[in-house]
Amino acid sequence: MSGQDMPLIQTANLRKLFKLKGGAKLHAVDGVDISIASGETLGVVGESGCGKSTVGRLILRLIEPTSGQVLFNGQDISKFDRRRMRELRHDMQIIFQDPYSSIDPRMSVIEIIAEYIFIHRMFKNKIETFNRAAELMDMVGLARRYANSYPHELDGGRRQRIGIARALSLDPKFIVCDEPVSALDVSIQAQILNLLMDLQEEFNLTYMFVTHDLSVVKHISNKIMVMYLGKCVELAPFDELFDNPKHPYTNALLEAIPEPDISRRGKQMKVIRGEVASPIDVKPGCRFAARCDYCMEICKNQDPELVEASPGHSVACFKAGSQPNP
Amino acid sequence: MENKGENILLDIENLKVIYKTDLETVEAVNDVSLAVRRGRTLGLVGETGAGKTTTALSILRLLPSTTGRILSGKIEFNGEDLLKIDENMMRVIRGNRIAMVFQDPMTSLNPVMTVGDQIAEAIELHNGKMPKEEIDRRVENILQMVGIIPQRRFEYPHQFSGGMKQRVVIAIALSCEPELLIADEPTTALDVTIQAQVLNMIKELRDRLGTAMLLITHDLGIVAQICDDVAVMYAGEVIESGSVEDVFTGDARHPYTAGLFNSLPDLHSQAKRLKPIPGLMPDPSNLPPGCVFAPRCESRMDACEAHRPKTVQRGSHRLRCHLFGAGQAPAVGGQGR
Repeated sequence: MSGQDMPLIQTANLRKLFKLKGGAKLHAVDGVDISIASGETLGVVGESGCGKSTVGRLILRLIEPTSGQVLFNGQDISKFDRRRMRELRHDMQIIFQDPYSSIDPRMSVIEIIAEYIFIHRMFKNKIETFNRAAELMDMVGLARRYANSYPHELDGGRRQRIGIARALSLDPKFIVCDEPVSALDVSIQAQILNLLMDLQEEFNLTYMFVTHDLSVVKHISNKIMVMYLGKCVELAPFDELFDNPKHPYTNALLEAIPEPDISRRGKQMKVIRGEVASPIDVKPGCRFAARCDYCMEICKNQDPELVEASPGHSVACFKAGSQPNP
Repeated sequence: MENKGENILLDIENLKVIYKTDLETVEAVNDVSLAVRRGRTLGLVGETGAGKTTTALSILRLLPSTTGRILSGKIEFNGEDLLKIDENMMRVIRGNRIAMVFQDPMTSLNPVMTVGDQIAEAIELHNGKMPKEEIDRRVENILQMVGIIPQRRFEYPHQFSGGMKQRVVIAIALSCEPELLIADEPTTALDVTIQAQVLNMIKELRDRLGTAMLLITHDLGIVAQICDDVAVMYAGEVIESGSVEDVFTGDARHPYTAGLFNSLPDLHSQAKRLKPIPGLMPDPSNLPPGCVFAPRCESRMDACEAHRPKTVQRGSHRLRCHLFGAGQAPAVGGQGR
């Protein structure tokens, strides 16, 4: 923890509503406050459609927020013009989930990695640029013999290394990792996770690590935020979240992971009923209420606020400490 | 696998499958032997490209006809070699006595047909003279069984969520009460909480109907919770097989299986770094001459690079590794949890 230092990334009441035909509104992200200290990793976990990727994109301004602020190093970037935003791209990068579709199949590996360096004119000539790209290949563990290969000749793990090298090419401070290992096999997934952690240590990177997989996020995160239908339902240091989950949804997520341990066989996996409700024109009330075993009358009528239940551990649940409005 | 005969439903022996194109020959499945016992579930585990799906498609004889070729081996179902019977006979078995559930429910359903009609289609196909009312009744029963209200039979696949679609696919597979269900990564495309729901349902139906199952997965967690037996595949070979107890808690473990366990992010450990298996799976069109895992193996010996290991049997536990030849049994790292 960095004490009083200013967080590198901060959002305040970040909100994104997508307008649909007929005037309905899809609440993709509904008031999210994030704060990530320099050199730390925030894990963002949730199921498909909970808005976790949208948060990442809002922070990078790849999508414009409906309301709310994004602060980078204390500066509100939502007012930045194109030129300043372009400068900021040096500092903020993203690694996408699918290494198959996020890189241009007609460019060679070295061209893909050098592309951003060219665009931002970091070096005067081609030779220096390509030298830098080759260095990046070493950094992410891609053998230089692949420099002139095309993405289709490489496997998923190597393609993801290209994506990582490209994200690193401008010496960023902050990287949004949007499900970077979900498309990979376990043995390769472990290689890439270790690489991301090594790079973080070496270059003091700050990550926002978006994933649906709780067991992955535990290894890499300092803090973890659990999202459900556009809202943060729980935020805690990683060990605290696993040892002492407070929100029923976090609990359900943890219970639902099949563990590679046969001593737990036979016990029915505890399963929550129902499915995620529609994020379109959401009604007031806790969004998890319909699936929750502890649902009370108040849960159906009022939104629980995110409150600090113990130091550093916030939760949005009436059962766990949120106070009802009078 | 010792007392062959009575309780073995599906017995695959020395199966060898290749994909042949003008450019290269891919050895997808190499000398694979597996057995699924009646009413039991065999988990087939491995990473992308290990040959799991090819094995499953071979059982149903659904390999792509232009490239896929079964070179040798036997696939005995109820004592009858499926590789010897003609296509008409195969059609009676396929979907009726052996059914398959594919990974992606979004693409395995027909988007312009109601889900009720899709279930009815399977029943009609295999029960020629069944009256309409009887079919309707069976469609409703089967929908109820997989947890979908029967009124939804008139809806189209796009009106269902991913988890619900996979339930429909499972309903179609179970509609003819197959003796063997092959499920190829049935929950990989689903969210964790929905995956837990679908897995519980599969488990319950399997126990209720007594269906034997071949469950293909890359997730050792699912194997631990659902399967009775396990076979671990790597680069087209079964490198280890046995009961779940043999593989998860037994005293011997193939170095690849040990590596898989070590690569898993562990919910209970405090360690920050994971322990991946170095390197990548070999190119199946250019396999190493010795053990297929040797190039990545930490316990590699001279013999590993020279000779392909033979399968060693220890009770129900079978290992294909030179470490376990000739009676010696050095412990291999990677604790069962």
